Amino acid sequence: MRVALFVTCVNDAVFPSTGVATVRLLERLGVEVDFPAAQTCCGQPQFNTGYREEAVPLVRRTVRAFEGYDHVVVPSGSCAAMVRHHYGSFGAEVPGAAGLAPRVHELTEFLVDVLGVTDVGACFPHRVTYHPSCHGLRLLGLGERPRRLLESVKGLELVELPGAEECCGFGGTFAVKNPDVSAAMGADKIGNALATGAEVLCGADNSCLLHLGGMLSRQGAPLRALHLAEILASTEEEPWR
Amino acid sequence: MSGDERTTPPGPGPAFVGMPAFPEAARKAVGDATLRANLRHATHTIRDKRARAVAELDDWAALREAGKRIKDETLRHLDTYLLRLEEAVTAAGGTVHWAADAAEANRIVTELVKATGESEVVKVKSMATQEIGLNEHLEAEGIAAYETDLAELIVQLGRDRPSHILVPAIHRNRGEIRDIFREEMGSWGRPAPEGLADSPAELAEAARLHLREKFLRAKVGISGANFMVAETGTLVVVESEGNGRMCLTLPETLISVVGIEKVVPTWRDLEVFLQTLPRSSTAERMNPYTSMWTGTTDDDGPRSFHLVLLDNGRTTALADEVGRQALRCIRCSACLNVCPVYERAGGHAYGSVYPGPIGAILIPQLRGTASGVDASLPYASSLCGACYEVCPVAIDIPEVLVHLRGKVAGQGGHRPERAAVKASAWVLDHPGVLAAGERLASRTRALHPRRAPGPGIRRWTESRDLPEMPAEPFRDWWRKNRT
Ligand code: SF4
Repeated sequence: MRVALFVTCVNDAVFPSTGVATVRLLERLGVEVDFPAAQTCCGQPQFNTGYREEAVPLVRRTVRAFEGYDHVVVPSGSCAAMVRHHYGSFGAEVPGAAGLAPRVHELTEFLVDVLGVTDVGACFPHRVTYHPSCHGLRLLGLGERPRRLLESVKGLELVELPGAEECCGFGGTFAVKNPDVSAAMGADKIGNALATGAEVLCGADNSCLLHLGGMLSRQGAPLRALHLAEILASTEEEPWR
Repeated sequence: MSGDERTTPPGPGPAFVGMPAFPEAARKAVGDATLRANLRHATHTIRDKRARAVAELDDWAALREAGKRIKDETLRHLDTYLLRLEEAVTAAGGTVHWAADAAEANRIVTELVKATGESEVVKVKSMATQEIGLNEHLEAEGIAAYETDLAELIVQLGRDRPSHILVPAIHRNRGEIRDIFREEMGSWGRPAPEGLADSPAELAEAARLHLREKFLRAKVGISGANFMVAETGTLVVVESEGNGRMCLTLPETLISVVGIEKVVPTWRDLEVFLQTLPRSSTAERMNPYTSMWTGTTDDDGPRSFHLVLLDNGRTTALADEVGRQALRCIRCSACLNVCPVYERAGGHAYGSVYPGPIGAILIPQLRGTASGVDASLPYASSLCGACYEVCPVAIDIPEVLVHLRGKVAGQGGHRPERAAVKASAWVLDHPGVLAAGERLASRTRALHPRRAPGPGIRRWTESRDLPEMPAEPFRDWWRKNRT
């Protein structure tokens, strides 16, 4: 089984710890993982902002970078959804674009569906609340997977996030084009998260956490945003940060 | 026209002309605490109720699929079904008029009203007549048009604009409504009762008394329709209050203005929508009043019936392979109630009578994207997909939004943005350049402010810190530790 990590452009540049955590987690579970260096961005930011043509070279690059791998693991529901739902529409410009879709798995899908594990042997003795990002929730239908993984983490107390299914207000370029509505949505999400009394706001999409974490940091709130992979990578012997 | 000559409250000015782009209009709404509270309360209440009403049906997914299929099939052969409808309506004693745009529809309706010799009409709640600005047009021609739906009445008396498809006065709370009734009812008919309080029962009674004299006096009724059944030429209006039924049955002349996409082939098809519409809109298993009429009937109801079939941009939308799915819409408003952007921005920010997610995909197709507000609508969404999830005819609203963004991005005003996107895509297509940039950002990270200048970034940092840059990008960690 040849497995590649598609770390995503945001994680590569801003949240490398999520990539490192994903590698450690997969290796701990006995998966030999590769990182094809030709990968960059899936093309979603361009595509979703209306610049389909500008996304074509990135779609081509992504398809080529992961040729020959049985599975491609992505620690981002949003980027996985881009490949799964939209790469098929690039078939005319990029032969093989549709073929990548079924081989791409968001991290929790890979763990639960491909590896068949929910207890990954993690330990994270903290109070955690989980925000299911929209693309993972609605486009991929991740359902209970993240929750089942979190519930199996030793020491972790999972608390329900009120209004969990509501969008956090990131939305890619939406956050910049409609900054006021975006911030209002983010403020409500953070208010709900703080009300849970959790120490950690966990998500499976760092772009949403970039937005929410940025607001938490500005407010000096006693809550930090953390990617699910980093919680699952944490063990008794090697606690994460 | 001077104040004393008026027969209906002056509207809020030329409909939506010169509206600011969505983000600006939304900024005001976001800062209005009362509005935010009104909207939040109303949308969350109806949202939760809808979810329960839909969950009761174990064949909801099949009904949704059937609704989508029926609409698609009808749209594919729209010409055939419209001609069948015209034939049936005519055979039943009605007259069918075809209106290519708002101006033509307004002209037809005005002439029909004038031919009756009347100078006032009562109206059933109708989106199509709002879309064409019929009330303003009639007023200018000396004809008073009275809205009889409770929420439309509140909007009309308040010289306001509707902000929701189903609940046009959703932005108002009870106290505001009481004040509007007290101040305005007397100028246009029976005044509000002395000492009117803000309980729902008292407000409804005040509206009932005010409207009753208008119903009994009116000789002309104007309506829209939720559906038109082609096989028999039957029009259908579903409503909650019963005021619509008064307008549909009491006047001598009934004029219905209906978008051409509202036709369904048969009664069997109608059955699907009569299940999905009430559950999606008011969260009721069945709406209290369903009025159906076929042409005219001797000694019962209006003696003369006119159907004005409205295009007004619909055939342009129909020609767009991706965009045409917006014409499946049955105006249930479920997408508004579930939309996090609508909840914060309110309906007025969308600059049309169709707010929320459906407005954001419909208006740029009906009106084009030449104006600032219309060009900003496809971006008025975080693409969270909640609208698509609830839509009873499965309109993939995010898909259409992205499609329309592509059209807007091709317009002249977007040249700088396209250049920036092109440049960033070029960097992303050159991993060596990308890595060099990432390393530079990491190496200089101690110098980075958490708030930053520059237009895009400044908007980001108005409410959020920038992230701290990592010591090294992931690709460098990988190279050092795994190769
Ligand atoms: S788009 Fe769908 S959910 Fe929105 S009003 Fe129309 S039918 Fe209802």
